[in-house]
Amino acid sequence: MLSIALEIQLVAVVVAVACALPGVFLVLRRMSLMSDAISHTVLLGIVLAFFLTRNMASPLLMLGAAATGVLTVALVEALRRTGLVREDTSIGLVFPALFSIAVLLIARYAGNVHLDTDAVLLGEIAFAPFRRLEVGGIDLGPRTLYVMGGILVLELVVIVAFYKELKLSTFDPALAAALGFSPVLLHYAFMGLVSITAVGAFDAVGSILVVALMIAPPAAAYLLSDRLAVVLLLSAGLAAVAALGGFWIAWWVDASIAGCMAAAAGVIFMTALLFGRERGLLALAHRRRRQRVDFAQLMLTIHLLQHEGTAAAVPESRESHLGEHLRWTPEFARRVVRGAAREGWIERGADGVLRLTPRGRAAAVRTLGETSPGTNGGRMEWQEA
Amino acid sequence: MSVFQDLFFDYTLRTVALGTAALGIVSGVLGTFAVLRRQSLLGDAISHAALPGIVLAFALTGSKATLVLVLGAAIAGWLGTLLVMLVVRSTRVPEDAALGIVLSVFFGVGLVLLTFVQRRPTASQAGLDRFLFGQAATLLERDVITIALLGALALGCVALFWKEFKLLSFDRDFAATLGFPVRVLDVLLTSALVLAIVIGLQTVGVVLMSAMVIAPAAAARQWTNSLTIMVLLAALFGAIAGVTGAVISATGSHIPTGPMIVLAATTVVALSFTLAPERGLVWAALRRRRQRHAVGAEAVLDDLYALARQHGAAVHGHEVGVLDALRGRSVVRRALAQLAEDELARSDEQGRWHITASGRAQVERDRTGGA
Repeated sequence: MLSIALEIQLVAVVVAVACALPGVFLVLRRMSLMSDAISHTVLLGIVLAFFLTRNMASPLLMLGAAATGVLTVALVEALRRTGLVREDTSIGLVFPALFSIAVLLIARYAGNVHLDTDAVLLGEIAFAPFRRLEVGGIDLGPRTLYVMGGILVLELVVIVAFYKELKLSTFDPALAAALGFSPVLLHYAFMGLVSITAVGAFDAVGSILVVALMIAPPAAAYLLSDRLAVVLLLSAGLAAVAALGGFWIAWWVDASIAGCMAAAAGVIFMTALLFGRERGLLALAHRRRRQRVDFAQLMLTIHLLQHEGTAAAVPESRESHLGEHLRWTPEFARRVVRGAAREGWIERGADGVLRLTPRGRAAAVRTLGETSPGTNGGRMEWQEA
Repeated sequence: MSVFQDLFFDYTLRTVALGTAALGIVSGVLGTFAVLRRQSLLGDAISHAALPGIVLAFALTGSKATLVLVLGAAIAGWLGTLLVMLVVRSTRVPEDAALGIVLSVFFGVGLVLLTFVQRRPTASQAGLDRFLFGQAATLLERDVITIALLGALALGCVALFWKEFKLLSFDRDFAATLGFPVRVLDVLLTSALVLAIVIGLQTVGVVLMSAMVIAPAAAARQWTNSLTIMVLLAALFGAIAGVTGAVISATGSHIPTGPMIVLAATTVVALSFTLAPERGLVWAALRRRRQRHAVGAEAVLDDLYALARQHGAAVHGHEVGVLDALRGRSVVRRALAQLAEDELARSDEQGRWHITASGRAQVERDRTGGA
């Protein structure tokens, strides 16, 4: 038998990965907040199904929840179609209303039942090992593990079987429709899948943190890769890391596991946001700075070329003069001169005058030729006149 | 009637109703701008993101005074908003994903902090729990005063920069070219929204506060095209929803206030969507029906004209069955009644239908007009 800590980790990883896979498509389809809406409204389905069956363990609860999830999507869509409000507003109108009904029903008619709104919102994965699946008196392990494992397998089957269709309808719904796939059918089938996942997961992590697991790892992966297959794999990996990292942080500081998983997912997203190799903020800032210096180095060679051989060549070609002429700060001018020298474009004479090397001259001429068709032998015509 | 008496004479109910009304007014006004600027769901993100701020403010000061907690909430909500703006501006992550991440991760961090606070033996955290679902019944007079003062601050900000905010909401680029500091105005308006949201958290709760921002504004939008009227209407709807929700929840046991306020607001939205003139669904459906009938009448008149010409006579009677065959029964019946009323066609004693002179003139006028 697995230890409790190991079982919790296993459940956490399965839940996180099962959330992240459909999350990729939610992020790409700009429907991320539908996960927020669905994870709240499934409560209504659970409550209604509970009133029908009077049994918290009934599989009908899951079915009812999934049905309300799809109903939410349909309502949002219907409201948007009236043209009276935009999509974000219609999401914001539908889910609080359905959620309010659910909370009212619970407060009024199910106050003493084991259907606690706190637990629904917050979840408690630490209890997962205590809800066992037993068949014929044999203990098979935590129930959540089987439920979420089943959902994960279902997701994998759907994604593998309909990969092409999902990809096409995500990136080009019009083309998908023109080619004869039904984007609407696929859309609702997919949102049904999201609903089932949300229901299964919020038992463990609560309805608000489902959103973190569905959106943060895919958004981080989206910052790291351009290929759908890679984004899917990366999301799954990052989600697993968030689950394990969250568990160990929670273990270490003795705090809410679900909260720590969400925080870990947030840290992973922030890391991708800051340090992503292509699209991270640091890479972005670095590239911008590099481009500024690169551009300035070319400017310098052109500046020197313009004055080469003229009477003003000596005063114009000092580093100290660049600030005046090109409006560079002394520090920036120094950096540009050093960079250009490293490129082998300029040399500094003993008198402090900067001179172009043949390579630098070639670079300047090439740049002028590329950028302005009116150049003649590297010297601009308007300056000759 | 006793409810209305209570509303004026019962101290607790009056306090709660005043508080929720003030809340409805403030969130209605700021919600108008949020909805118009496509920031409906920013409210959802802000209210969730406020949780760690509330918990931290409590942990640091040990105080459960509304002002302290609201201040913490405002700082956290504001940070979350700035983070969303940063991510949207500098990466390709879509705005809704950025909102979702800020919403859920901040909330998660808030939960973690909450577990620490709850463990402290000195602190009963009852005051913090109410931020999740809200508890209007616990509103005290000084809470209401805090809500009113902070709300007045947010409203004053809107009144002061009315022209600028209006321009920002409808044509941001134009505002920028006119030289208005749009970034600063953006942050200012969003800060006012943050303020409007965080003062409502302890009454309506984190989960449902976003509805208080969206619903009154979405309802008000249906009745008018003028920003001034929309803002006033949204404030009114917000106040109505607030008071109604508070009163209903006071009349029965086990009726939480937050969800009741949201349902009241949703009812206002539903009524507005169906009944508002011009945009309302009922009027739109009526308009469509009228149009269909007008088109049907015109088509039948055309048929009569064509039939008359085929028979080489200016006036020639036709059985209704002939027209039915061309257009379908129900259309023809309604169209003929309409045409008879307008004296464009008439029936003779055998029940045959003729086009009249004015009917002929109208068809010919339409045809030359269309050519």
